[in-house]
Amino acid sequence: MMMDYVWLIPLFPLVGFLINGFCGQRLPKTIVGIIGSGVIGLSFLVTVKIFLEFLSLPAGTKAVEKVVFTWITSGTFQAQAAFLIDPLSLVMLGVVTGVSFLIHIYSVGYMHDEPGFYRYFSYLNLFVFAMLLLVSANNFLLMFVGWEGVGLCSYLLIGFWYEKKSASDAAKKAFVVNRIGDFGFLLGIFLIFWTFGTVNLREVFALAAKYPVGSGVITAITLLLFVGAIGKSAQIPLYTWLPDAMEGPTPVSALIHAATMVTAGVYMVARCSALYSLAPLSLTVVAAVGALTAIFAATIGMCQFDIKRVLAYSTVSQLGYMFLACGVGAYISGIFHLMTHAFFKALLFLGSGSVIHGLHGEQDMRKMGHLKKYMPITYWTFLLATLAIAGIFPFAGFFSKDEILFHSLVDGKFIYWLIATTAAFITAFYMFRAVFMTFLGESRVDPQVHPHESPPVMTVPLMILAVLSVVGGLVGFPIIEGAHVFREFLSPAITPVAHAGGHQAVSFEVFMMIFSMAVAAIGIYTAYKFYILKPDLPTAIANRFPVIYDYIYNKYFVDELYDATIVEPIKAGSDFLWHGVDDKVVDGAVNGSAGVITWLSAHLRKLETGFVQNYALAILVGVVLITGYLIGR
Amino acid sequence: MTLTIPSFTLSSIGPWLTLTGTAILILLVDALSPKGRKAYFPQLSLLGLGIALLQTFRLWNHTGTDFARMVYVDNFAFFFYAVFILGTALTVLISRHYLEDYGKNLGEYYALLLFATLGMMLLAAGAHLIMIFLGLEVMSIAVYVLAGLFREDAKSNEAALKYLVLGAFSSAFLLFGIAMLYGATGGSLYLDDMAARLAQAGALTQPLTLLALALFIVGFGFKVASVPFHMWTPDVYEGAPTSITAFMAVGVKAAAFAAFARVLFLAFPALKVDWVMILWVLAVATMTLGNVVAIAQTNIKRMLAYSSIAHAGYLLVALVAANQLGAVSLLYYLLAYTLMNLGAFGVVILVGRKKDSYLSIYDYSGLGFQHPALAAAMALFMFALAGIPPTAGFVGKFYIFSAAVQAGYIWLAIIGVMNSLVSVFYYLRITVLMYMKPPEAELGPVAFTPALTTVLLVTAVGVLLIGIFPGFLYNLAVNSVKIFPSL
Repeated sequence: MMMDYVWLIPLFPLVGFLINGFCGQRLPKTIVGIIGSGVIGLSFLVTVKIFLEFLSLPAGTKAVEKVVFTWITSGTFQAQAAFLIDPLSLVMLGVVTGVSFLIHIYSVGYMHDEPGFYRYFSYLNLFVFAMLLLVSANNFLLMFVGWEGVGLCSYLLIGFWYEKKSASDAAKKAFVVNRIGDFGFLLGIFLIFWTFGTVNLREVFALAAKYPVGSGVITAITLLLFVGAIGKSAQIPLYTWLPDAMEGPTPVSALIHAATMVTAGVYMVARCSALYSLAPLSLTVVAAVGALTAIFAATIGMCQFDIKRVLAYSTVSQLGYMFLACGVGAYISGIFHLMTHAFFKALLFLGSGSVIHGLHGEQDMRKMGHLKKYMPITYWTFLLATLAIAGIFPFAGFFSKDEILFHSLVDGKFIYWLIATTAAFITAFYMFRAVFMTFLGESRVDPQVHPHESPPVMTVPLMILAVLSVVGGLVGFPIIEGAHVFREFLSPAITPVAHAGGHQAVSFEVFMMIFSMAVAAIGIYTAYKFYILKPDLPTAIANRFPVIYDYIYNKYFVDELYDATIVEPIKAGSDFLWHGVDDKVVDGAVNGSAGVITWLSAHLRKLETGFVQNYALAILVGVVLITGYLIGR
Repeated sequence: MTLTIPSFTLSSIGPWLTLTGTAILILLVDALSPKGRKAYFPQLSLLGLGIALLQTFRLWNHTGTDFARMVYVDNFAFFFYAVFILGTALTVLISRHYLEDYGKNLGEYYALLLFATLGMMLLAAGAHLIMIFLGLEVMSIAVYVLAGLFREDAKSNEAALKYLVLGAFSSAFLLFGIAMLYGATGGSLYLDDMAARLAQAGALTQPLTLLALALFIVGFGFKVASVPFHMWTPDVYEGAPTSITAFMAVGVKAAAFAAFARVLFLAFPALKVDWVMILWVLAVATMTLGNVVAIAQTNIKRMLAYSSIAHAGYLLVALVAANQLGAVSLLYYLLAYTLMNLGAFGVVILVGRKKDSYLSIYDYSGLGFQHPALAAAMALFMFALAGIPPTAGFVGKFYIFSAAVQAGYIWLAIIGVMNSLVSVFYYLRITVLMYMKPPEAELGPVAFTPALTTVLLVTAVGVLLIGIFPGFLYNLAVNSVKIFPSL
């Protein structure tokens, strides 16, 4: 059984990291690229084999745990290096290895002229290793290792061009903001161990089932874990790092900041459905944060001109959808959207990368236009992905997004649905705005620049992802009984909320679909009107409502707000702690005690006379004291 | 009178036989080969050690005693065999080049190393107090000679003489203790019978028994370099050839702890309250004195000598805990210490170069710029000795102090942690010198021989590996200490 060798899945990328990291500098780029992509391909093959084996397991097998070795033992605490194979982890493994593989291949072309080529691939492999650990760990501690690992790699890759100040700043920002989330996550793990005495996922879930719904400790745990998810998955209020993360190479944005790492939070919430379903309050928080983020980020996306920033805000917004789904108890819909989003958003980013590549580094959409003529493959694949994210039938995003809208109304509240639907409208608008500004209309390209289509090593991954963006949603075909293969497959891994909404009439469901399609269509038409029919209109509107426009264009001044209310006070506080407390009190105490010890040291060493007689005397004194104590006690 | 020869299996002392055979072979080859002929003593020694290690693996999970209950055949012994073999093998590897500089790459050096290792094995496996004493002497006499290997060097001579005189002094105490115990038990020296015999007829409260316990603590306390029996350590460690200093710091200490633990846990479980109290005091004194005085040292070997005293203190904490985790941590830490200390001494030999010319800690200034790999390795070993994650030193200390907390000795754990804090000063000073100070002098090339490179690689990787993944070793150690029913 390949399943016994599940550890091979993360091992391959680790080996790739070691080879490229230590020897990559001396290897030709071709070899580095082959190793870097090949190891991910191998992981993907192993995942597929294990997936097939899992399907052939006897019915009723919910999960398989494979222990590789015991990692840490201390008292009652035990953590194993072990893998949990269940539908959820298999879906995540499949998405991560599959999408990573395509992006690695694409990178071979995209990063071809980069001097740090080997460094890039070693980081990317290390990232995949950490991500695979994260999604397949059988305990929270190992999951945390992956969680921190992906954060580290994200830092390294955002700052890949570290000689550029904006890149190294963005990397630091991402790292620091993520630390806030990680701190919450860590506290959550501590509380889990304190409450249940174990960090093993399945043991925790089994023990949690004995707690009543709404129990305080479970609510605390889930809220703390969610703080981690907010940081990692860029939700309000910790989303600010993700748009800046676009400073990294575009394939990195596609892999880490769209398809995989940022979805870790969603995965974690779904993985802990057994806990979240017991904490209605936490679910409300999850849903509210998700819904707010979805619309908030979408509005910002409307007014950005940097093509990657548009996609970044779009990612934040789509992640909000996923959390909204989880928050109303539709975990499977959240994971479903995670998967389809991985396909089309990776495609969008890679497409934008292809555009940037073709324009020699230009990212401003105001200097694009009419690129359809020069890069047809990029255009068509980008268009398919845009249709998918806008939610047009029968593209992948339609199925998953429609499901989330449906559940937010049926299992959630009307307000969730209203927000989500409005956000869907805006999504359709700004995504088509991007298509129109980039590929259609008048060319505004700098005459010095000669756009060209990218090489096949880049366009072939685009085409494969395009196919996935088109058909990827069919595994979750609604309405027909049993056609939602994805739900059937995943449900053993998910603990539903106790009182989920009842069964709804089919006609209602169909009506909802048509409605959401109509919303998307209106959004597309509005974009068409604004950017193709009357290109002056956006400027006119911006001039008409300067204050609102200014706010949105400047991303609601959130970064500035954080700077003024958090960063600056912390700086002032640390300044005081440094000069006031550290220099005087702490250093004083430290230097004082160091002085005492140095003095002691200088005097005690004099005992060491060098005379054997004295040494023997010391021994004798010891004998007398010990004997005296024993006999005289 | 009829004499019956008890039945025995030679394979249960297989590693002993192999080491003895190898040592004798080396002596024979040395005697028979023409003068000046290059002889493969290190290779031969490594071969013997390798075979002994294989035999140890084959013996793993055997239980009981052999040779008329004189020898323990159990995992506790085998774990220590592996530690000794590892320590000796690494010592052999760091020795060759070092000795050639002195023109002392002699057959008897390697033979004596192997004999000393044999003595350690006797100590770890002795089931009868006479066996333990024999082991102690076989080991010690070989080490006395090794410490004085550089006959022309006054310091080496002084080291050997001091060690011999004081060693004999302390051995006498131990032997005296054994005699007392013979009387107190009514004529038995088998460790297995000891506890039961002492429990009978109020022997536990007799001065005879108590005196025996006191003398055992003195005898073993000397070998592990516990305060106040430690005073020979800095002089001997400084004067002895560097490779032997390394060997003494890891092997001799580990062997003495093995026998110490066996005697305390098997013979004196009923007096636990008393010996725990004494060892508590000794542990605190040993840790504190070792760490505090190490700060004032400027000779790297002397600094490591005090560091070794401090580590004896940490290991005594593990004995004080006297629970399963304590015993496990003892085993874990001794292996970890073997790796990190031998690694550090490997660097000392490399930096010291021709005839130990550079032994001041200031010779390490700027090493990070001139020899990045060497400095990185040294920094790693210093971090490990200071107990900073993710090294084995951290995990080992973590186990030891949690054992103490588990046993209720919270203050001991706190003192231990405070001591670790003090130790950070002198370990990190080396790192600071290496990376933040300009080079004092041009260090010139360092002779990275394959053997020394191997040592640095094995120890560095080992320190990290068992530091990040302690689980495997932990389980082995748990398996090894199951023989102590009183824990």
